[in-house]
Amino acid sequence: MATEQTSTAAAAATAASDTDPFHVEPPTPWQLMGRRAGTHMGFWIGGTFVLVCAVVAIFAPVIAPFDPLAQDLTRRLVPPIWDEKGTWTHPFGTDKFGRDYLSRLICGGRISLSIGFLAASIAAVVGSILGMMGGYFGGRVDAVVMYLVNAKLSLPGLIVSLSLVAVFGGSFTVLVLVLAFLFWDNYAVALRSVTMQIRAQDFVAAAEAIGASRRRIILSEILPNLMNQVIVILTLEIALAILIEATLSFLGLGIQPPTPSWGVLVAEGREQMFFNPYLITIPGVTIFLVAIAINMMGDGIRDITAPEGRN
Amino acid sequence: MLNYFVNRLTVAVLVAITVSIFAFSLLRLSGDLAAELAGDDATAAEIAEVAKSYGLDRPFHIQYLDWAGSALQGDLGVSIFSNEPVFEIITRALPVTLQLATYSLILSIVIAIPLGVLAAVKQNTWFDRGALVFAVSGQAIPNFWLGLMFILLFGVMLGWLPISGQDTWAHFILPTLTIGLSAMPVKMRLTRAGMIEVLQSDYIRTARAKGLNPNVVLFKHALRNAVLPVVSVTMVTFGRLLGGTVVVESIFALNGLGFEALQAITRQDFPVVQSVVAFVAFVYIGLTLLSDLINAQLDPRIRLS
Repeated sequence: MATEQTSTAAAAATAASDTDPFHVEPPTPWQLMGRRAGTHMGFWIGGTFVLVCAVVAIFAPVIAPFDPLAQDLTRRLVPPIWDEKGTWTHPFGTDKFGRDYLSRLICGGRISLSIGFLAASIAAVVGSILGMMGGYFGGRVDAVVMYLVNAKLSLPGLIVSLSLVAVFGGSFTVLVLVLAFLFWDNYAVALRSVTMQIRAQDFVAAAEAIGASRRRIILSEILPNLMNQVIVILTLEIALAILIEATLSFLGLGIQPPTPSWGVLVAEGREQMFFNPYLITIPGVTIFLVAIAINMMGDGIRDITAPEGRN
Repeated sequence: MLNYFVNRLTVAVLVAITVSIFAFSLLRLSGDLAAELAGDDATAAEIAEVAKSYGLDRPFHIQYLDWAGSALQGDLGVSIFSNEPVFEIITRALPVTLQLATYSLILSIVIAIPLGVLAAVKQNTWFDRGALVFAVSGQAIPNFWLGLMFILLFGVMLGWLPISGQDTWAHFILPTLTIGLSAMPVKMRLTRAGMIEVLQSDYIRTARAKGLNPNVVLFKHALRNAVLPVVSVTMVTFGRLLGGTVVVESIFALNGLGFEALQAITRQDFPVVQSVVAFVAFVYIGLTLLSDLINAQLDPRIRLS
């Protein structure tokens, strides 16, 4: 049935192009996206940078020139390469324990990036499910979802996260879960209103009319139309989660030293910052560049998949 | 309107109760707060004594009702670290945070609105792109790092400004810059988006067509409508900042609410933590309720939907 339809449509298209020499096939949605992607500088620059960081993070143990925890007290506070006393053995210098700063930065990136990615993803799953339920079922379900969102919004996020880390300890898993708790509401709010709009559309009514199950309507009619929203929020939240992880670790209630994370590096560098500013500029600039790149990629994905949402 | 008001108020009260229970449970989530307070090598008898002296041996709901009941009468308990009444800690720390939040918001608005208007008027020019880059950078800079860089630059290298304490207005300049710059991008983007939309509307074309001064059209006719979302975002940000200035307060050694909370958290000073969290949440709930009611008063579509 489906193939028959396509072939008739294809035949009609060939017929049209035969009779009308000026007929041009309208571009498919995918082709349109491809065209928008091709010319979007921000998407390519941000995306490439994020990809490089991701690869470095995944292969960190192989790429890092030294063990990030190995101390060498004879080589303490070697300045970075742009200083006249810098050496290529330690391009970003060493810290006060003589640990290679580049290796700490790379391995710290592995931790910071994976916490950001995992936290934002868990938040995406939880928040999206709640948002879709609220938007689809409406009524009491929606009231409960909005009530949860309101309660979450009124809590002082940073203080609550700090308390939770203080109670459960600054391990990788705890940080991922605490950050996920901090970020789920954005997905819920956004997806709730989009689900409401989509639910009112004819194709959902059509699916209901042919007797499709709720499960099928939600999973194969509504969810695909929400995916670009989820991905856009996800990218922006990953950037935010990386910033908050760094903040918690900086305040001493995140990843615990000597394990490196970007926030730990800034916190450790702080006591030396007046004499050796590179100890905070290097991780700070890294966080900044990664956050900008992720934001550029996220904005790019939004412009490419749903240009009407652009402002 | 009365219906809408009652509805919103009921939800606000329910949310407030939920949040207060959450705030109360926060440091108790480990399961045994008394054991945590007594230390790692405390004996069972010592733990029991700690639990008894802080009333932690009573059932959870009794402890909660006791705290909530006294809180409603203005008694928030005393800090287990300094024995200072929590109410006094909050009233001492709040003005510092309030000042910081107010200055930062003013700064962010003073930068964001003109920049957003100009970016909208000069849409897709180099100025617009520059403003966007500025906004994206402002969102991507970690707050604590920006603060440290300000300390290095203005405090140490140039020696212009004090870098810690809260004695004079000059002490607030660097913290205000740090928070203001990170609170600015959202408002700038909102102003820009709102202005672009409003500038395309018919009444602006009419105003221009009848020969009004372009600046009057821009600032009096267009901005007034475009800036509404910025106003509600500002109220929300204000509520956010009361609990969100932790990092900046700790970097610049300001004894505000965030700093007190951070100290209390590291000392497991549960009476302080639970009351500060609940207090900040209540202010936020009150502010959003207020802003909803103002919006409903201004826009009948909201209260009738």
